[in-house]
Amino acid sequence: MLIDWFTVLAQVVNFLILVWLLKRFLYRPILDAIDAREQRIARELADADAKKAEAQQERDAFQHKNEAFEQQRAALLCKATDEAKAERQRLLDEARQAADTLAAKRQETLKSEQQSLSAALSSRAREEVFAIARKALGDLAGASLEERMGEVFVRRLRSMDAKAKAGLGAALQSAPGIVRSAFDLPAEQRAAIQKALNETFSADIHIRFETAPDLVSGIELATDGHKLGWSIADYLESLEQRVGELLTEQDKPTAQPAQDTAVAKQQ
Amino acid sequence: MHLSPDGIIFWQSGFLKINATIAFTWALMLVLVVGSKLVTRKLSRGLERSRWQNLLEIVVSAINGQIAEVGLRRPEKYLGFLGTLFLFVAMASLFTIVPGYEPPTGSLSTTAALAICVFVAVPLFGIEDRGLGGYLREYLKPTVIMLPFNIISELSRTLALAVRLFGNMMSGTMILAILLTITPFIFPIALSALGLLTGMVQAYIFFILATVYIAAATRTRKAAPEAIHAVKAEAKPDAKAEPEHRQ
Repeated sequence: MLIDWFTVLAQVVNFLILVWLLKRFLYRPILDAIDAREQRIARELADADAKKAEAQQERDAFQHKNEAFEQQRAALLCKATDEAKAERQRLLDEARQAADTLAAKRQETLKSEQQSLSAALSSRAREEVFAIARKALGDLAGASLEERMGEVFVRRLRSMDAKAKAGLGAALQSAPGIVRSAFDLPAEQRAAIQKALNETFSADIHIRFETAPDLVSGIELATDGHKLGWSIADYLESLEQRVGELLTEQDKPTAQPAQDTAVAKQQ
Repeated sequence: MHLSPDGIIFWQSGFLKINATIAFTWALMLVLVVGSKLVTRKLSRGLERSRWQNLLEIVVSAINGQIAEVGLRRPEKYLGFLGTLFLFVAMASLFTIVPGYEPPTGSLSTTAALAICVFVAVPLFGIEDRGLGGYLREYLKPTVIMLPFNIISELSRTLALAVRLFGNMMSGTMILAILLTITPFIFPIALSALGLLTGMVQAYIFFILATVYIAAATRTRKAAPEAIHAVKAEAKPDAKAEPEHRQ
C-alpha cells in the first residue's frame, strides 16, 4: 500500500502548521516591508511632485514678480524721464523767459536812458538857447524898445478882429483889465494905451498897470478869461514849442536804430 | 530500495510512527521557518536591503503576482495557503541535491495530504466567498445532469493532483537510484539536474492548479473578466500537465 493514512494525517497537520508558520514569519513581514517601501516610494514621489509643483509655483510667482518689477521699473524710468524732460523744458522756458524779460528790461532801460538823455540834451539846449536869447533881448531892452513895444501893442489893439474885440470888450466891461509890462511904463505910454482902449471899445475902460519881469520885454492886457498882448517871450515860447516838436519828431526815427544796437549788444 | 520514504521508519509506537516522510517534512519545515525568521528578523523597509531579503521579496511577490494573474482578487488572502504549497513542493525537490535526502513529495501520502488540503480548501474558499448556496449551485451548472460529472471531476482532479506530483517525484528518485547502480558517474548528475527542473515545474503546476481551482470556486459575476482569464490559465497548465502525467 502506497498510502499510509497516518502519514497522510501527519502531513496534513504538518502542512497546516507550515502554512501558519510561514504566514507568521514569511509572508506577512515581507508583504509589510514591501508595502512600507511602496508607500515610502509613493510618499517620496508625491513629495517630489508636491515640491516640484511648489517649485513651479514659486518659479511662476517669481517670474510674475520679476515681470511686475520690470514693468514697474520701466514705468518709473519712463515717468522719471518724462519728468526730467518736462523739468528741463520748464527750466529752459523759465531761463528763456527770464532772458527775454531781462533783455526787454535792458532794452527798455536803454531806450528810456537814451530818451531821457536826448530829452535832457534837447531841453538843456533849448533852455540854453532861450536863456541866451532872453539875456540878449533883456540886455537890449531899453526906453526905445519899450516905446516901440507900446506902439506895437496899441496897433495890435486897434487891428483886433471883431469877434475878439467883442469878447474882450465884454470882459473889460465886467471887470477892470490889468496891463502887465516887463518894465514900468512911462506916463505917455500909459496914456496912449488908455486912449487906444477907450477908442477901440468906445467906452471908459478901467485898467491897472503892473510890472512883470518874466515877460522879458513886452506888454499884455489881461482881464476875466481874456488876454491880449505882445512880448518877445511869446515868440520865444512859440519857438520853443516848435523846436520841442521838431526834436520829438527827430527822436522817433532815431529810436529804432538805437534799439537795434541794444539787441545786438545783448546777443 | 523503498518505493516511498514512508517505508523508512525511524520510530514506531503502535499507530504512531515517525518515518522518513514525516522526518524530512519536519526538516524542511525547520529550514523554511528558521530561514524565514532569520531573514525577516531585521527587515529593511527602506531602499537598501539584504540579498536574502531581496530573494524572499522576489519569491513572495512573484507568487503573489501569479495568484493575481490567475484571477483571484485579493491574492494576499490566498498567499499563505497557495504560497506554502509552492514553497514546500519546490523546496522538497530542491533538497534532492543533498545526499541521503528523500523528498517527502516522493511519498503518495504527502501528495495525497496536499491534494486533500486543496480538496478541502477549494470549497472552503468558495463558500467563504459566495456563500454555501452559491457554491453548491455551481455543481448544477450548466444543467442538473452535470451534477455527478461535476462531483466526479472534483474528486478526479484531486486524485490527479496527488498522483501527478507523486509520480513525478517518485520517478525522479527511482530513475536516479537505478542510474546510480548502472552508471554511477556523470549520468546521475545530469538526471539530478533534470530532476530539479522537473521538481520546480511540478511545484509550479501543483500551485497553479490549486490556484485555478480556488479561482473557479470563488468566481463571481463581478469578476467576469478575471474569470475568463482564469479559465485560460486553467487550460494552459492542464495542457502542460498532461504530458507530465504520462511520464
